[in-house]
Amino acid sequence: MLEKALTGSKKYWAWIIFLLAVIAVGFMAYLRQFSYGLGLTGMSRDVSWGLYIAQFTFLVGVAASAVMLVTPYYLHDFKKFGKMVIFGEFLAVSAVIMCILFIFVDVGQPMRILNVLLYPQLHSVMFYDMCVLCGYLAINILVGWTSLAAERKGVHPPKWAHTLVYLSVPWAFSIHTVTAFLYSGLPGRHFWLTAIMAARFLASAFAAGPALLVILLLIVRKVSDFDPDPPGVGAIQSLVKIIRYAMIANVFFYICEVFTAFYSGIPDEMAAFKYVFVGLQGHHSLVPFMWTATFLAFLGIALLVLPTRRNKVLLPIALLSIFFANWIDKGVVLIIAGFVPNSFDRVTEYFPTSNEISIVLGVYAIGFLLLTILYKVAISVREEQAQ
Amino acid sequence: MSINRRTFLRRAGMLTALGLGGSFVINGAVEAAAEYEPSKKGLFPNAKHLAMVVDMSKFKTEDDFNRVIQSCVSIHNIPDFGKDDLKDEIKWIWSDDYEHTFSGGDNDYLTDDFKKLPFMVACNHCENPPCVKACPTGATFKRPDGIVDMDFHRCIGCRFCMGACPFGARSFNYRDPRPFIKKIDPDYPTRTPGVVEKCIFCVERLADGLMPACVEASKGGLIFGDLDDHTSEVWKIVSSKFTIRRKTELGTQPSVYYLVGGESHA
Amino acid sequence: MYKGGKIIAGLIIFVAFLTFPFFYNMGKANAGPDLPTYASSANLQQCVEPAEYMKANHMQLLNQWRNADVRDGQSIYINSQGKSFDISLESCVECHSTQATKNTVGVNNPALKTSDQFCVSCHNYASVEPTCWSCHSGPEGATK
Repeated sequence: MLEKALTGSKKYWAWIIFLLAVIAVGFMAYLRQFSYGLGLTGMSRDVSWGLYIAQFTFLVGVAASAVMLVTPYYLHDFKKFGKMVIFGEFLAVSAVIMCILFIFVDVGQPMRILNVLLYPQLHSVMFYDMCVLCGYLAINILVGWTSLAAERKGVHPPKWAHTLVYLSVPWAFSIHTVTAFLYSGLPGRHFWLTAIMAARFLASAFAAGPALLVILLLIVRKVSDFDPDPPGVGAIQSLVKIIRYAMIANVFFYICEVFTAFYSGIPDEMAAFKYVFVGLQGHHSLVPFMWTATFLAFLGIALLVLPTRRNKVLLPIALLSIFFANWIDKGVVLIIAGFVPNSFDRVTEYFPTSNEISIVLGVYAIGFLLLTILYKVAISVREEQAQ
Repeated sequence: MSINRRTFLRRAGMLTALGLGGSFVINGAVEAAAEYEPSKKGLFPNAKHLAMVVDMSKFKTEDDFNRVIQSCVSIHNIPDFGKDDLKDEIKWIWSDDYEHTFSGGDNDYLTDDFKKLPFMVACNHCENPPCVKACPTGATFKRPDGIVDMDFHRCIGCRFCMGACPFGARSFNYRDPRPFIKKIDPDYPTRTPGVVEKCIFCVERLADGLMPACVEASKGGLIFGDLDDHTSEVWKIVSSKFTIRRKTELGTQPSVYYLVGGESHA
Repeated sequence: MYKGGKIIAGLIIFVAFLTFPFFYNMGKANAGPDLPTYASSANLQQCVEPAEYMKANHMQLLNQWRNADVRDGQSIYINSQGKSFDISLESCVECHSTQATKNTVGVNNPALKTSDQFCVSCHNYASVEPTCWSCHSGPEGATK
């Protein structure tokens, strides 16, 4: 089926070439970083995790969001999602691979990365993170590819694929919970030391992931003959419902956090929130990001609650707002603000370098390339079937 | 006989797995009978809880602090990247003022003298180290004598331990340290870029029968010993005088005690 | 065979690429370290373990030494003949270095190539680069 990705329109190839160019630039930037060391990034002794881990954190959520399609369709026979599930699974594959790549570029000794499996430490959350991520990748690739191939041949997928689907449901929850546990188990970082970190992660994931998916499906509709949500089915609107409530839950959880921090008045609890909303000790580089995210979050929820959610122009705007609100919150603010203030109550700010941003863009380009290839295969199979 | 592609691939896969698995078994069997024992010169061979007491009354001049810091820097090949590159800074033992070392107190009525009082700070070698819990490869681990040690060979540089440490004790090699080491001491390795490092209570000196370098250089300002040994000076101080530790509410049980009560201090 | 001509031609080109290193080096003067000279030397002292064992397993031994010293705190190694050695690269460098005073075999010996890194002679030939020296100080000056 992979050969289907080798034929396409001029626009398709232009897009592929563009992605390859971004990947090439990112790769050269990575070679520089590999030879010099991570000092080429903006990370420091105080802010020891930066954009790379932040993107990883955000993308694990996007990967987990496939479960919002799988659960209704496979567990509750919600037939409306039938044509969309494969796109969710392929998005998950692409997102997990980006996660793995972001870890790889962030690690100081990438050639030793197998040490995590050679010398497993059962008390380390990061060990479990590696295991569940690789497992989730395997599950989604196997299930997605097999069910697509079976569909192409006009037969039922094999029984083991169905079992793997059932496994993927709790597994999807687990990958994002384990990632949240990376942060919520550290005693010295008060911005992260909260019981609802995992719940927040899941809520934002189930808003941002499906939002991205719907945008991708709208693009699929435009660039191909295949319509994942034919008129009258209403699958996209059903997914929009999920996105809406997930985002409301996410914002509610955030308000809970802010309440606890400020009503209790404990300095350690308030410090990081002050840093991101108003600035701390004269440092305020994240303040514009945080308020933009806040505005976008409420805008997105409003547009999805009001009848505007059915509007052809306002729906994508609402979805993009929700996606970027979550991206700013998890992919920019959360990780960096966790290190503010540091263990000595001082603020060290973090500014990514251009080399670092090139690598980030390169990894995103690899993810989008994979996504394009997988989506092209799925679309071509479906277009073929329609004949 | 003719087999189809799927069967062929399945059989080839199984044979490969068998071969790989078998090779592990065969290689594992080739090992000479090896015996190891600890050095007989070791200073605390049966220690269970090595700890340090910092007697701030002995740290009066800037030279007192610098002597101690330089003793560590020189024998451990710690690089100095200069004031323009603070983000890549590596430090194992250093000094910071009272207000920041014991942050969270926020006593506005404390005089500036007290707030600016310098304190020696390093890894606390906690009894319950969150960094050891976090490390996915066991590159940082707790020894039976209580020291939280670093295995630079195994570290993958994920920096999870740096996030886990509530005391900011750990540094990462963001760049090649060698050009920035004043004088390389050949008796101790330098480190490569990409690994985390921190104070290790001079395990290599202890094995040779010597006290940690900072303790020796401190002229009584740093007292080192086994808290499990009730004849040790550290135990006598900690059990009878008033000492404070950093961030005890977090439950990590730091092993670095600051002596603040009993004698005349600063 | 479907498209047999192209497949066979492709296979031949592939095999040619694969075996290129062997053809390129055929007949070149690259004899490698002349180990028989070393073994027959009358003044040979014994390494940590017998030479045959060290030739085959020195890297595994170094890994075991590393774990024993760094992780287990055991810094003395007792070899198969009961002799004790300090676990340290210095135990190797004492002999395997051209500057070493214990080196009685002489500079001629190719196992002790004149270079600032003593492992170089065999490792260059085998094209296996040891990464020890990016952290550990070389032979000159170390006492540990």
